[in-house]
Amino acid sequence: MSIDLKNLTIKKAHEALTRGDFTAVQLAGSYLKNIEEKNPSLNAYLEVFDDVLSQAEKADKRIKEGRAALLTGIPMAIKDNIMIEGRKVSAASKILENYTAAYDATVIRKLKEAGAVFLGRTNMDEFAMGSSTENSAFGVTKNPHDTSRVAGGSSGGGAAAVAADMALAALGSDTGGSIRQPASFCGVVGLKPTYGAVSRYGLIALGSSLDCIGPLAKTVEDARIIFDCIKGKDEFDGTSVDFTKELSAIPDTISFTATKNFLGAVDLKDLREQTLESYSKACDTLSAAGFHYKTAEFQGPTAFDYSLPAYYIIMPAEASANLARFDGVKYGLYKGGEALLDDYGKTRAFGFGEEVRRRILVGAYVLSHGYYDAYYNKAQKIRTLIKETFNNLFKEADVVIWPTTPTAAWKIGEKKDPVSVYLSDIFTVSANIAGIPAISVPFGEVEVNGKRLPLGVQLMASYGRENILFEVAAKLLKF
Amino acid sequence: MQNSGKRDIFIKMVTREEIQKLAELSRIEVGEDEVEKLRKDIGGILEYVDKIKSAPVSVDKEGDKPALRNVFREDGEPHESGKFKDVLLAEAPETEDGFVKVKKIL
Repeated sequence: MSIDLKNLTIKKAHEALTRGDFTAVQLAGSYLKNIEEKNPSLNAYLEVFDDVLSQAEKADKRIKEGRAALLTGIPMAIKDNIMIEGRKVSAASKILENYTAAYDATVIRKLKEAGAVFLGRTNMDEFAMGSSTENSAFGVTKNPHDTSRVAGGSSGGGAAAVAADMALAALGSDTGGSIRQPASFCGVVGLKPTYGAVSRYGLIALGSSLDCIGPLAKTVEDARIIFDCIKGKDEFDGTSVDFTKELSAIPDTISFTATKNFLGAVDLKDLREQTLESYSKACDTLSAAGFHYKTAEFQGPTAFDYSLPAYYIIMPAEASANLARFDGVKYGLYKGGEALLDDYGKTRAFGFGEEVRRRILVGAYVLSHGYYDAYYNKAQKIRTLIKETFNNLFKEADVVIWPTTPTAAWKIGEKKDPVSVYLSDIFTVSANIAGIPAISVPFGEVEVNGKRLPLGVQLMASYGRENILFEVAAKLLKF
Repeated sequence: MQNSGKRDIFIKMVTREEIQKLAELSRIEVGEDEVEKLRKDIGGILEYVDKIKSAPVSVDKEGDKPALRNVFREDGEPHESGKFKDVLLAEAPETEDGFVKVKKIL
């Protein structure tokens, strides 16, 4: 039987499954067929699990018994840095190439309880360090809209899988834009939840004060369904929190602000005209949909001008500490030298890719005696300033809208200089620094050499106000 | 970037010895041939992040502590000893008699 995957959403699939239009086994089979056809050229999956159909059989049994949850039988792709017990998880790194997860991440436990079907693990930049999956130890993921271009990153495999109907939805992680940027490049919806709204237990850490797990999906509603399933306080993550009752109300009139002059203040040669045009159109669309537009003027340099440099201090500092655990002793790759110290040095030199080594060294630099105050400490103060700036903005408006990225997807191999790649995160890192939720939705496109490349816009709201984001973002997609 | 002269200054600031020292601290062996590229890359990154020096915050301002705090749990209810031993040791490159094995340290 043939299932129309292109127009399928989680809700539609759920209804079809419970009605008996098709079974979870048939649905999973359709996705497996697509993966078989497309993955050799796209490289979205690092591994397709060999028990997908038996997972789907269990889902069918549950559906037959009338115990189906919304996600029962829904085929999902999981980023290769989220642990599923008994399965390989490598963070797209040689150092963890043959590592098997000893336990389920909390998000995985919740998805299993809901009966979701895991199709496989998706490609990413090594340890989530990158914006294009070009830093994967296992090859780049190609953009389904133009295979000469990157899918974005670091959750590029998941975004490409959803865009190419190789999964109905995916889980990614976002430290500085790693869900939203590939979502924008691939034309899908990507949500970075409030920091702590979703447990990080079982996520291979990059920057622990910034990391968030979140969904990549085709519609805002699908993203919401997954977020509702995975969120919540978890005893295994001390930074997790419940945002519940007091934040559930939606204001009668939702207002938004665009802080347009912030865009002018940023030195961005790369900010393409089409990005600005599409961004303006998104603002107009929101006004037309009845949301109240408020101007927010900034005089002189704003805290946001310092977001990206502050991010590229805080993140490598945390990464250099987090990645100290990979030393060839407790797990992963081992390369022997003469003494224990040589074992560490050889294992890490061989196991980590170029960008990972670079960031570990930068982290060590900004944390070292003599530089700590000038770099790390100062970046933390800027972090406080950015939070205050957002808090003030959210006193004026419920939602802040920015582009997701300065440009559409770039050509594979086009960006050689690390800083030029870092600049593509300019609109996304602020939400991670402040810990606020942000969602990227496809809006507009640009035509390059006969290929249509998606663009995205990003909506941000105050802590725990994902519900407002869903409300507003849905209007943006409908038009 | 836009100002290659400024970048050169930053690259000069990061000496070969400094790269070797950082590599040593990071427990990553760096070959002689790699040092020069790392100097350039890290110099470029330091030039970019140097922008924060003009940010309107002072590093020793009182009462400017981050609003975050650590959340601790009480110690207690440990799991039974050895419960996870086998599954964890299975991932270690070298083991002996239920221990992770490493080379002599002294």
